[in-house]
Amino acid sequence: MSTPIVPKLIVTASPHVRSQDSTPVIMWNVVGSLVPIIAAAAWFFGVSALLVVLAAALGALLTERGIGRGGTLADGSAVITGLLLGLTLPPGLPLWMAFLGGAFGIGFGKLVWGGLGQNVFNPALVGRAFLQAAFPVAITTWPTVGGSFWTLKGDLFAFPFTRPNTDAITSATPLGLLKFEGKGTDVLHLVIGNTGGSVGETAALVILACGAFLAYKSYLNWRIPTSILFTVAVFSTLLHLIDPRRPDALFMLFSGGLMLGAVYMATDLVTSPVTNRGRWVFGAGIGVLVVVIRVWGGLPEGVMYAILFMNALVPFINRATQPRVFGTRLGSAT
Amino acid sequence: MKLTSGFRHGVHPREEKGLTSQLPIRRMPFPDEIVLPLRQHAGNPATLCVKVGDHVERGDPVGLADGWVSVPIHASASGTVTDIGWWPHPDGSMAVAVRIAVDRYAPQVPRPRMVPHWEGLSTDEVVRAVQDAGVVGLGGAAFPTHVKLAPPSDHTVHTLIINGAECEPYLTSDHRTMAEYPARVMFGIRVMMHAMQVNKCVVGVERNKPDAIAALQQALPADLDITILPLTVKYPQGAEKMLIQAVTGIEVPSGKLPVTVGVVVQNVGSVAAIAEVFETGLPLIERIVTVSGHGLRRPANLIVPVGTKLRDLLAFCDGVTPDAAEVIIGGPMMGQAQANLDAPVLKGTTGVVVLERFETRLDKVYPCIHCGRCLEACPVFLNPSLLGDLARVTRYDDMVDLHLADCMLCGSCAYVCPSNIPLAQLFQAGKVALRRAKVGAA
Repeated sequence: MSTPIVPKLIVTASPHVRSQDSTPVIMWNVVGSLVPIIAAAAWFFGVSALLVVLAAALGALLTERGIGRGGTLADGSAVITGLLLGLTLPPGLPLWMAFLGGAFGIGFGKLVWGGLGQNVFNPALVGRAFLQAAFPVAITTWPTVGGSFWTLKGDLFAFPFTRPNTDAITSATPLGLLKFEGKGTDVLHLVIGNTGGSVGETAALVILACGAFLAYKSYLNWRIPTSILFTVAVFSTLLHLIDPRRPDALFMLFSGGLMLGAVYMATDLVTSPVTNRGRWVFGAGIGVLVVVIRVWGGLPEGVMYAILFMNALVPFINRATQPRVFGTRLGSAT
Repeated sequence: MKLTSGFRHGVHPREEKGLTSQLPIRRMPFPDEIVLPLRQHAGNPATLCVKVGDHVERGDPVGLADGWVSVPIHASASGTVTDIGWWPHPDGSMAVAVRIAVDRYAPQVPRPRMVPHWEGLSTDEVVRAVQDAGVVGLGGAAFPTHVKLAPPSDHTVHTLIINGAECEPYLTSDHRTMAEYPARVMFGIRVMMHAMQVNKCVVGVERNKPDAIAALQQALPADLDITILPLTVKYPQGAEKMLIQAVTGIEVPSGKLPVTVGVVVQNVGSVAAIAEVFETGLPLIERIVTVSGHGLRRPANLIVPVGTKLRDLLAFCDGVTPDAAEVIIGGPMMGQAQANLDAPVLKGTTGVVVLERFETRLDKVYPCIHCGRCLEACPVFLNPSLLGDLARVTRYDDMVDLHLADCMLCGSCAYVCPSNIPLAQLFQAGKVALRRAKVGAA
């Protein structure tokens, strides 16, 4: 008998096979699913939208590369953070602010916690919260939709730490119109996205479609957006029935950053619960907070704070919703 | 009794059974040398009963049972004992083993022996005969079969479950056994039902083996209450507690044996081995092994003498491909990668799988991203993500509180983990550390 030759035996622990979905595969699929949303943003806001997203992404990537441990760019998670942050910013925001937001989001939202998988708060929203606190005027200056593709909106190239020129033609977001002027907006415009608002938050239908793709590939958990949207719909319908001057469910669902927040921000794997029951609770909490902030809060929009607040509760939600171990009954010895 | 056909959670690895599922069982020729470790089963290793220079016939004992949870080991070929000493064991350690140089021209006919007639035997006599024949669980764990035939007297067994699920990828030895020897399986069941005085038996077979299910249906005896239950194709369907839930709908309580819910599970290969004891009187000296994998030139289902070295087994299958990289004893989910091809086939060796380099897990490990896939895979509803975090910082005592003891190391969590975290390995390390701590304290 001849001796079979296996030149170098690999010895690993079981299991010796694994499924196809790796962490980079998941991350880069999410990045890919953002492309249609960015394209929609370019359609509505022109080249300005692309520049803002690019600046935020650059800030995120350079920070990850600069102060993160080596070789973590390839996992794609910093790209997601940068792109998502860019999509939540106004199309006319000075680019240096967008860049700073990306850098802050990665630096303080992710790297100081220990990098990928360790952070408690969604890094993109940490970056946005920072911008909201640091530049409250610039981040609520909404250029109008329309105009030529090449028209630069707002004061994109404002020099850092100078007062940006905000004299350009601006409009209010549908939520702002409602809150401060009592004006409604046609739901059809909200669904399509040709309203004032952040770069990538207005095209609700496109976001839903991209989310459906990710959910189909099981790269995001459908329970979280479902739970958020359902809660918002029920809660706002209830309030609308009590006081018809309050917005109805359709307006609530399709305005502001709710769609992007529900589909992309709240479903961030790292900062959402690991149990399915926890995901329902997490989504419901966000839904309630969104409506509460929008209806009774001082700000027109509350998705960002709602998600950040619920992020903080994730460890507790996880602990409270641990699955029942096989062979143990509720109430029996643990 | 509620008949269901599945459990919750679990995973769907690529089956790869098509490589061998339609290949008839063939007999492998005797190798030049066989190596019989005395530790082949759960419980006490056998005690040596031969010395160097002794001549042994095929079927003669070389090791005797040491106590109740132990079985003897028999020579699988006639020859001369050339050495007794340390030899690589498939579990990665070294073990005392008996090396036998096989007589090239011996007829390999066992000594004449009495074949016990099962109907006249009491439970104790059947149990004794099974122990003397060295029969252990052939599904991989190699737990002595006779122990399960004699459950503690404070429990009554109402159902005997035969495990024909064979949920590990690649493996088809049970499949071929059921498809080719259905009558032997039924005879084994008959003896066991007689010995255990059980009136009901359910054979669970995954639906991906329609020919095995059909063959068993054909062979069903009219006078016994035996049900063939097709099961969902899902890993780990063949895990004892998962199978019991699929068949009876009962969850075996955490930390308890199946007998506490009146059920005993036996692997279908063990049943066939028991049948052989009462058909020919031969002890367990050979078994059906699936040799498969894309790294192997000629996959096969073989009757292999226990003690055959992997080197000889792979050579008989025309050797391996140039890209072959990992040789696994057992299936790819729970099997053991081999570092030394001199390790022998044991009684509990269900298969040998050769993986090519690109199929192995030698990939980068990423941090846990808390995607929760492991929670949805774990068949006993643990939180592998959290357990993995604890294991990495050696907080083993905290893992006990999170039911580490209920983990059966099926590997479903590590299989689905997108970050390639070796969760099952971490849990195994935790279990070993806790066991050592306990031994140290006692």
